[in-house]
Amino acid sequence: MSGADKSHLPEARGQSAIVRVALAAAQPIAEPLVAILLALLVGAIGIALLSGLVPGHSALDVGLPIAAYGALVQGVATPNGITSTLVYATPLILAGLGVALGFKAGLFNIGGRGQFLMGAVGAMTVATTVGTSQSSYIVIPLALLAGALFGAAAGFIPGFLKATSGAHEVVTTIMLNYVFVSVTYWAISGPLALPNAHQPITADVTTRNAALPIIIPFGHDGHLGILLALLAVPVLWFLLYRTTLGFEIRAAGANPDAARYGGMKTNRLIVLTMSIAGLMCGLAGATTIMGVVHQMEPGYDTTVGFDAITVALLGRSNPVGVLFAGLLLGAMRAGAQTMQIQAGVPAELVDALQAIILVFLVINVLRRWLDRRAANPGTRSSAGVDAPQAAEGVA
Amino acid sequence: MNGIPQALDALPILGVIFQLLGYTLANLSYMSQTTVAVAVPITLAALCGVMCERSGVVNIGLEGIMLTAAFVGWIVGAAAVGLLGEGTPLPFFGVTLPLMIGLAAAIVAGMVVSLLHAWLAISLRIDQIISGTIINIGAAGITGYVYSLIASQSPVGAGQFAEYQVPKGVADLPLVGWLINAVLSQGPIGLTTIVIVIILQIMLFRSRWGLRTRASGEHPRAAETVGIDVIRLRYRNVVLSGALAALGGAWLTMEHTNKFDANMTAGRGFIGLAAMIVGRWTPLGAFGAALLFASATALSTSLQISPPTGDLGQLMGHVPGEFWEALPYIITIVILAGLIGRSIAPAADGQPYERESAT
Repeated sequence: MSGADKSHLPEARGQSAIVRVALAAAQPIAEPLVAILLALLVGAIGIALLSGLVPGHSALDVGLPIAAYGALVQGVATPNGITSTLVYATPLILAGLGVALGFKAGLFNIGGRGQFLMGAVGAMTVATTVGTSQSSYIVIPLALLAGALFGAAAGFIPGFLKATSGAHEVVTTIMLNYVFVSVTYWAISGPLALPNAHQPITADVTTRNAALPIIIPFGHDGHLGILLALLAVPVLWFLLYRTTLGFEIRAAGANPDAARYGGMKTNRLIVLTMSIAGLMCGLAGATTIMGVVHQMEPGYDTTVGFDAITVALLGRSNPVGVLFAGLLLGAMRAGAQTMQIQAGVPAELVDALQAIILVFLVINVLRRWLDRRAANPGTRSSAGVDAPQAAEGVA
Repeated sequence: MNGIPQALDALPILGVIFQLLGYTLANLSYMSQTTVAVAVPITLAALCGVMCERSGVVNIGLEGIMLTAAFVGWIVGAAAVGLLGEGTPLPFFGVTLPLMIGLAAAIVAGMVVSLLHAWLAISLRIDQIISGTIINIGAAGITGYVYSLIASQSPVGAGQFAEYQVPKGVADLPLVGWLINAVLSQGPIGLTTIVIVIILQIMLFRSRWGLRTRASGEHPRAAETVGIDVIRLRYRNVVLSGALAALGGAWLTMEHTNKFDANMTAGRGFIGLAAMIVGRWTPLGAFGAALLFASATALSTSLQISPPTGDLGQLMGHVPGEFWEALPYIITIVILAGLIGRSIAPAADGQPYERESAT
């Protein structure tokens, strides 16, 4: 990092070494935090710039962003707010783990949307077919399993296509998203539709013994899926860091050629990783349908697939990081409703903030700034080279 | 349908094919014109993709660029009406001053968003898929935010461009009248698109710029050794191509309709990406693929408006409408998987280029 021409100066070297060690320790947490804080600042400026459009506020009202963020925090910092944070975070964590697993293997899974929807359809299929005749002790595990399998199948296809023909998973998952959106609409208005309803609509899972039990007594929809998401974090961590498969996934992500040379069946790994990624996204869909949405109408869709990319990037593709990133985004979504009602600032702010956070995260403001201080002027900054690596989660 | 011999009708498959032909002929003017119109934004997005990827930059942010341009064009047009009044429309295409201001704003907005992509992807060498994803999420979030702030005032845009009226005599010409009518019965953006397709096709394969673009997309290091400034060329291509996707966005809010809706691009940018792939990264091929995709849409809407009768009607009754929506994507996956004719991306597509520095 530091230039060769300055290496004879001991104090310069020493200082940059200290900075580097301190940075290495704090980096995984500090960088996302800096990105989030900067994004909130930019968001505040944006709110203030457009405050004239919010009823009851003058143009360039500096008080509005404070009121908006205040309402957002207020919406989260109550027992009910904590429950809805967990409810929002559940699919984000599950799908985020799926996307993160792909990143670890060097695969970019943009298919979360389609895999989520197929998981939802899988769970609803079980609820519709066996829901009336079996008890919930049988229906709920079956529906979750079906959701996971449908999602895994949706992830298997792009994995299989990549392994057999080299078709890039980014493009195939994007295309498959739209195919699965169509399949979902068709399923809701066709095979899964209630036979004698006026409008096409599926059965309500609560009437089919498929509603997830409520495990948090306060707030709304504190369902069993929350526990599932929290359990999935250590499971995925164990898979990645304590099993042979996890080692192979990380090795293939870090250097596919070396992994192949080392005797790993990289094609099999690609198919397996994409299937597990799809499985996680499918579970996100299944728990959302069985715990929150209960009933699907044509046009049912989700933003979880893309939010999961944010969560995985923000969490540095590490399962524990994904947990915190999922909780953060879940809190923002939960608080956004209160913000919209109390401060009149639209909830879409969260989507905008998400993109701004990602910009600051990938351009790595903190590291760039520290590099500029540590390295002597004139030498090239290495931050740009590291950025894609950080995104792939190769640590 | 009419005039098809009964004997042919008795053969199920052949009969249905003939009926489909008959149905298409009967609804030709509607279907052909709809096909060209639906293909316009898809083509523009695909052309943006071709310009970027031929020079070596993957752009999956097409959707976001279109959405931003659609919104900015519409809102600036509305603001211009508020400041300057409606203005008297010129005798051609219903062009007014506010509309032109909106269109210019849309193009600038598209180029600004593309500049962000160029900066992230080319200068900072950030994963280009991530950069595109950020643009898509950000465009949906920011346009959605501002739109819901102003939605309560239900602003009206600057209106919309009118389509060219093909003279009656020409449209009624035998054999070719319907084709001329379909191609020319478009607004100014639609007609411009067809011209751009031809110009880009020639430029990409017959001009110095085209050769340089393809060189930096296939082998940037080699291109640099013969004196091509790869970084600058990629910047220029990405930013300029933003104007094309922006035209596609402007088409949505200023030519196809006169209003904006949250997320109104509805995947057109991604179909554009598909058209680019199916069209093998060539402007003409992308246009052809966009027409193919659009014809599926045109057929499905036509089937709803005037359902066919007979065997064909029975058969189509069994095909769910969602099938037609999914068809373009299925075709793309099949082609990507190499089942029918392979489509290969430029060799250096998506790879950040770093100059070898002597210092």
